[in-house]
Amino acid sequence: MASEALPLSWRRIPERYCLIGNSCENCKTNFFPTRKICPNCRRRGKLADKTYSGKGKVYSYSLVNVVPQGFELDAPYVLAIIELEEGPRVTAQIVDCGEKDVKIGSLVKMVFRKIKEDGDEGVIHYGFKFGLVK
Amino acid sequence: MRDVAIVGVGMSKFGEEWNRGFREIVIDAGKKALNDAKIKGEEIDGMFVGTMAAGSLIGQEHVGALIADFMGLTPIASTRVEAACASGGVAFRQGYMAIASGLHDCVVVGGAEKMTDVSTASVSDALGGAGDQEWELFMGATFPALYAFMAKRHMHEYGTTEEQMASVAVKNHYNAARNPCAQYQNEITIETVMKSKVVASPLKVFDCSPITDGAAAVVLMPLEKAKKYTEKPIKIIASAQASDVIALHSRRSLTELAATKIAAKKAFAQAKLTPKDIDVCEVHDCFTIAEIMAIEDLGFFKKGEGGKASAEGKTRLDGEIPINTSGGLKGCGHPVGATGIKQIVEIAWQLRGEANQRQVKDARIGMTHNVGGSGATCAIHILEKGF
Ligand SMILES: [Zn+2]
Repeated sequence: MASEALPLSWRRIPERYCLIGNSCENCKTNFFPTRKICPNCRRRGKLADKTYSGKGKVYSYSLVNVVPQGFELDAPYVLAIIELEEGPRVTAQIVDCGEKDVKIGSLVKMVFRKIKEDGDEGVIHYGFKFGLVK
Repeated sequence: MRDVAIVGVGMSKFGEEWNRGFREIVIDAGKKALNDAKIKGEEIDGMFVGTMAAGSLIGQEHVGALIADFMGLTPIASTRVEAACASGGVAFRQGYMAIASGLHDCVVVGGAEKMTDVSTASVSDALGGAGDQEWELFMGATFPALYAFMAKRHMHEYGTTEEQMASVAVKNHYNAARNPCAQYQNEITIETVMKSKVVASPLKVFDCSPITDGAAAVVLMPLEKAKKYTEKPIKIIASAQASDVIALHSRRSLTELAATKIAAKKAFAQAKLTPKDIDVCEVHDCFTIAEIMAIEDLGFFKKGEGGKASAEGKTRLDGEIPINTSGGLKGCGHPVGATGIKQIVEIAWQLRGEANQRQVKDARIGMTHNVGGSGATCAIHILEKGF
């Protein structure tokens, strides 16, 4: 999908801007993005918001040369699966680095960035990326 | 539950079919399957069509009815099935269940995708829908990038190398060159793969399956009835399917597909067989690393040894367990919705002894493994020579 609906972006602001996910008070599992049902406890679960610290480490990564529509200006970029220190993993870009700077296990911290533009007239989407901790 | 058999198979020539549209390739495959089954249209009482992205690729939904219409089969019940790249395998399972349950007596199952009418960027966007749109694709992920994450972890945890991954593509091109229906008819070398452009490191162009137009179809009947139509019925002895979380980052491990392991376990239990009993297998090699993980998850090789086994030739036509004799998704092509059915067609040809230059000697039991997206759906079937 080349462009994302404005209301969808708006609904995702707490998660994408502030890393707010949730946690199940019953089984103590942390989730990101938020879940409306705990997959472990299902309807017995009790979910409460949780703001993540933004600290984590690289679980896996790739230098993406062939990018989707809307990301042309960023190409090529390092995309990674980041394991947050509280447990959940997220997919995000690692900024200001080359492939050789990144290793599995590298420490990273969340940064707030522009994610993509939906064409000249479209919405500019923002959200989290990560930066290497020097 | 009734035993179910395949009585006819057919597929279109896979490739870039600029002179033919979605309807033409589906009808081509359908006619071949019906001719092979030697049945009349009036005998068919149900149809399932697997297609992933007809809406975004050619602006066409309501594909079940469309195909019934242009095959001249209205008013039969005709249903479109979508499960990303596993649409074909899941559609086949629907057909199997329709016959096994006794609700239908003769079902055609097709799979098709017309991918070359739009730009490569549009194809990538459409296929992206197999992942988590809001949390993977939105962040700049592509399917090569998701499988690159798996490859990086497999290399990290087990020492798998880029050359080992390349050997999968080399083997699959070798097989494709012996399959007249395959998109690619040329052999390649490790060097071809290693020197090709990096798409998402460590995956290069030749680690990736191509964009393909293609369709495949099979005819199913109760086993008892099948014997009246063909001297070479193929019996379906296991049909299993499993799901997993859709986003790769939510999986516990990136070096296995849990849905594959669970579906395989169920399939082997149904057939009362073990991996050692399988003579030939079609696996979902959307990327070379996917074949390496599949041959481990299916139990042919220990976890971590798939790369080494591939490089040593254990999965070649003359190897311990021939994998992807059709050329796989890499060599035969990957018209997404058609792939799961093409795998069934190839195994049927192998068990009937009709695979010519790529025939596995004395093949009696074959297996198909079809995956959706980065592994959130898996459909597995085991077929047995029924004659
Ligand atoms: Zn819970």
